[in-house]
Amino acid sequence: MNDQPKQSSPFEAVIVDGGRIPFQRSGTGYRDLMAYDLGRLAIEGLIGRSGINAGELDRVIMGTVIQDVNTSNVARESALGAGIPNHVPAHTVTQACISSNQAITSAMELIRSGQAKMVLAGGTETMSDIPIRFRKKFRQKLLDARKYKSLSDYLKFFKGISPSDLLPEIPAIAEFSTGETMGESCDRMAAHFGISREEQDEYALRSHKLAAKATNEGLLDHELLPAAVPPDFEPIEQDNTYREDTSMEKLEKLSPAFIKPHGTITAGNSSSFTDGASASLIMEKQTALDRGLSPKAILRSYTYVAQDPEDELLLGPAYATPKVLDAMSLELSDIDVFEFHEAFAGQILTVLKALNSDKFASEKLQRDQKVGEIPMDKFNCWGGSLSLGHPFGATGTRIVTTAANRLHHEDGKFALVAACAAGGQGHAIILERFEA
Amino acid sequence: MSYLSTEKQDGILIVTLDQPNEKVNKLTEELIAEFQNLIENTDPESIEGIVLTSGKTNNFIAGADVEMLKNKEAPDEVEELSRTGNELLLKLKQFPKPVAAAIHGSCLGGGLEVAMACNYRVASEHSDTVMGQPEVKLGLIPGGGGTQRLPRLIGIQNALTYMLTGKNIYPKKAYKLGLIDELTHRDALVTAAKKAIGEINSGEFERQDKRSLAHQLMEGMSPLRKIIYRQARKRAKSNTKGNYPAPPKIIECVKEGIENGMQAGLQLESRYFGELAATPESQAMVNLFFAMQSAKKNPESEKAADVDKIGVLGAGLMGSGIADVSVNNDYRVLLKDQSIEKAAQGKKAIWENLQSKREKDIISSFEQDRISSLVTPADSYDGFENTELVIEAVFEDLDLKQSILEEVEEATPDHCIFASNTSSLPIHQIAEASSRPDQIVGMHYFSPVPKMPLLEIITTDQTADWVRATAREVGIQQGKHVIVVNDGPGFYTTRILAPFMNEALMLLDEGISIKELDRHMKQFGFPVGPAALFDEVGIDVAAHITEVLSDLFGKRGINPSTKPTKLFEEGYKGKKNKKGFYLYEDKDGKTKKTKPNKEIYQYFNGSGQNSFNEETVQQRMALTMINEAAWCLQDDILTNPTDGNLGAVLGLGFPPFLGGPFRYIDREGASSIVDRLEQYEEKHGPRFTPADILKEYTESGQTFHTD
Repeated sequence: MNDQPKQSSPFEAVIVDGGRIPFQRSGTGYRDLMAYDLGRLAIEGLIGRSGINAGELDRVIMGTVIQDVNTSNVARESALGAGIPNHVPAHTVTQACISSNQAITSAMELIRSGQAKMVLAGGTETMSDIPIRFRKKFRQKLLDARKYKSLSDYLKFFKGISPSDLLPEIPAIAEFSTGETMGESCDRMAAHFGISREEQDEYALRSHKLAAKATNEGLLDHELLPAAVPPDFEPIEQDNTYREDTSMEKLEKLSPAFIKPHGTITAGNSSSFTDGASASLIMEKQTALDRGLSPKAILRSYTYVAQDPEDELLLGPAYATPKVLDAMSLELSDIDVFEFHEAFAGQILTVLKALNSDKFASEKLQRDQKVGEIPMDKFNCWGGSLSLGHPFGATGTRIVTTAANRLHHEDGKFALVAACAAGGQGHAIILERFEA
Repeated sequence: MSYLSTEKQDGILIVTLDQPNEKVNKLTEELIAEFQNLIENTDPESIEGIVLTSGKTNNFIAGADVEMLKNKEAPDEVEELSRTGNELLLKLKQFPKPVAAAIHGSCLGGGLEVAMACNYRVASEHSDTVMGQPEVKLGLIPGGGGTQRLPRLIGIQNALTYMLTGKNIYPKKAYKLGLIDELTHRDALVTAAKKAIGEINSGEFERQDKRSLAHQLMEGMSPLRKIIYRQARKRAKSNTKGNYPAPPKIIECVKEGIENGMQAGLQLESRYFGELAATPESQAMVNLFFAMQSAKKNPESEKAADVDKIGVLGAGLMGSGIADVSVNNDYRVLLKDQSIEKAAQGKKAIWENLQSKREKDIISSFEQDRISSLVTPADSYDGFENTELVIEAVFEDLDLKQSILEEVEEATPDHCIFASNTSSLPIHQIAEASSRPDQIVGMHYFSPVPKMPLLEIITTDQTADWVRATAREVGIQQGKHVIVVNDGPGFYTTRILAPFMNEALMLLDEGISIKELDRHMKQFGFPVGPAALFDEVGIDVAAHITEVLSDLFGKRGINPSTKPTKLFEEGYKGKKNKKGFYLYEDKDGKTKKTKPNKEIYQYFNGSGQNSFNEETVQQRMALTMINEAAWCLQDDILTNPTDGNLGAVLGLGFPPFLGGPFRYIDREGASSIVDRLEQYEEKHGPRFTPADILKEYTESGQTFHTD
């Protein structure tokens, strides 16, 4: 099923503006900040330069993946901390790497159903401060201890606890259902589709080079919201995630990160741990026009898909792409701008290969023929998650914003955005450039 | 009963203060009488105790009604008032059942004295709750037992500190000091107070001494206490230069009460209270207080347009200061400078100010986040399309300001107001570049903006009423006392400062030393001497001001000193480049002045070797400023003398105990001022020619103020 309104809605959702604080490798620029702070910075930056007043917002929706228990509804805390007035409700959505896509499509639904005119949708993530927990046994003891009364109660605290129970537990990026890490799963999937190490390294190199080029040419300037962070307030103005000086020689040298020794996925052809936040202003079209604002693009058809988390963990875009195209009766050739989330080079190449495979089409998509070959000169031209980084909860808004900006820069009509997510899920959305 | 309502809960009498038709509760004679009546007619046997609370949303008792003091003619009437109050509070104290105060909101002056006379105080942790004895700011002392009860609660040294400065005590600090027995949230106040009454009745409550060990030791022995009093007197003298009569009296009252008992202390307190209220210093400060109150009200608020987002251009000390007071009062600000780096440094300054508030527990770290998030550093006009007001604080250059104005009008909506924070350039000249000159106004802030209480708004012939009303509304929201003046070179404050500073240069030419010059003017009551002020304001700025005002003064035959320009050309800018009338060194990240810069004498005819009569220096200096203020009233720059007083005191540091230039003229008599000016005119030329209006007032015997 495509997520199309059952009845046609009189309201269309448009993206008016979008931006993100520059993405930073974890442990660098935003090392001392919480996800709440990053979200706050992105909201503040976008609202500051927007043509609306914060109090006019009907809703704030933020995506996030790794939750900080202190700010479990991080959207609300970030909104309040960014000076959004108390009366604007805010909620957090989570759907792994497509969390902020979910924020945007939730905003669309509020607008289409007439419940909202202006929504701020975005996402925030820090990998610099992930919640490290005590192990279950020790946690249990600590909770029990709250009921202790006598000295003898306290003495029994250490009974049955071994030193290893005191070691902290660091969360892994692993599937709960399968126990497998994302890298392992993707490595197997790439092998299954016959994607070579060399192809993956070449793709990674392309991503880094394009990110560097786009940055140097100032193409990303409008989506970057400078972040001035306490205590020194030296503004962070650019991503520090991409490596302009990388080369095939350097990439080839890296050893497999997940499946040793035969794996093909390395640190060099994977997206890295990143801190960042993004925000976009999604509005009802006529409201935006009445306010004299210029929408960038109309948010058209979108879909969410889900497959087997074991063998097709990150293959979602291959399923979602034909669905949104069909829903709008479009062909791949009608699309001028492609923006796909790059979890791993191996994952992107698998998706591209699956889309271009008659076998995949007939076996998995129940289609007579393949979806087609995506022209690389239209694909992730300003870099992608491999190079720009991937703060889980924030990436979705980044790629939608970039797609909208590219439509104008490249004089295109339609953009297709697609992304995979843990849990074997996926998402795609089509944007149409707004013509005044 | 109209002020008090009572209700019995669990055998406890809840007394709620709610002054009809007023936003805040004030101690008035009516309230005191009603309260007295209540105490006398309440049978202690019928109740367990009394809880005193307020019916207002953010106020317990804001203090004594200052109007009431003003209406008293003779010292003994005021003394009587204090005595009545003290008797009432003694009755309250001696009431056989416990009395507990449940405090939320401002609890100042007489309000705190009432609270201190209770047996128990519980306060809300809310940011609206604030305590203090600010009487010294009105040239008075606490007249309702404050000088007696505060030292008994928090110790002599702490009490003296708060009474001599008048500064606020916030709830957490009040608890730490022992002023408050308990902190809770506002809705639990009455419950907590009732519970405390139960504890007092059952003998469970005992107040701890929260003084530091050192304080306990010092205050516990008579010879050491003598040292405390002596040091307090010394410090008060050096801080006030003996110009303010109240501080030594506060110390006397505390001493009397501690050494000879509370009754003696209260007697002395009432007497001094009456005497002080009759001093010209206190009267000047009380008048100033009323003027300041009215400068916080907008008589044309209904004409003001809504402002949500303000653009501030220039993120230097001025710009970031303007952004600071804006975001602290919930405006959203775009702080634009030439680069993001510069703009972000402006945000940093705001964050640091919030940080110091956080360290003092005045705001939470979340509030710090929220408030600092309201300012967005920018290097472009993105987002200016929905600003309702843009305030520029760029370099003082007419061409630059005009070109900025054109950019702003391009980037902002048609209804946007453009305000210039120039300190001297005529607003109508800036407005010449405007396509909507009716929306141009001057908003002259003083540095450092978060600390300086004045905003001088300048309107031209073209400025629309709604624009003036909006600027005034924003200024008041930013926490400023606002005066509105008409356009002209230097407007009001800069214009009266110029001849004052000029006179300082003349005196230096005649050979006075920097040290002596500054000492005499500080003794007169200015917070900083004129030479130090040159460095603070900036010699470059002084040079610029001299230039802007040269035509105006030239027409009156005055040749202002060209020294500022000369010094500026020689590379002297003052504190900002550590090259000025003083030498500077960096200490703890701050630039501090050390001693006069002898090098600078080479640019003056004098060599700093001649000694001058103190009064001559003071009179020559002060009269130039006062005379120029009169010129401003005569030239319709000022619309009334009260604004003239406020501008000089709040903007330039004119001694508050003199009440401002026009109060000073009234106090001394216009004829006396004219006489003095004419004497100096004979000796020094037309810069002392009295304003015609002064001569008119001399002839008619009028005064500038009728109260």
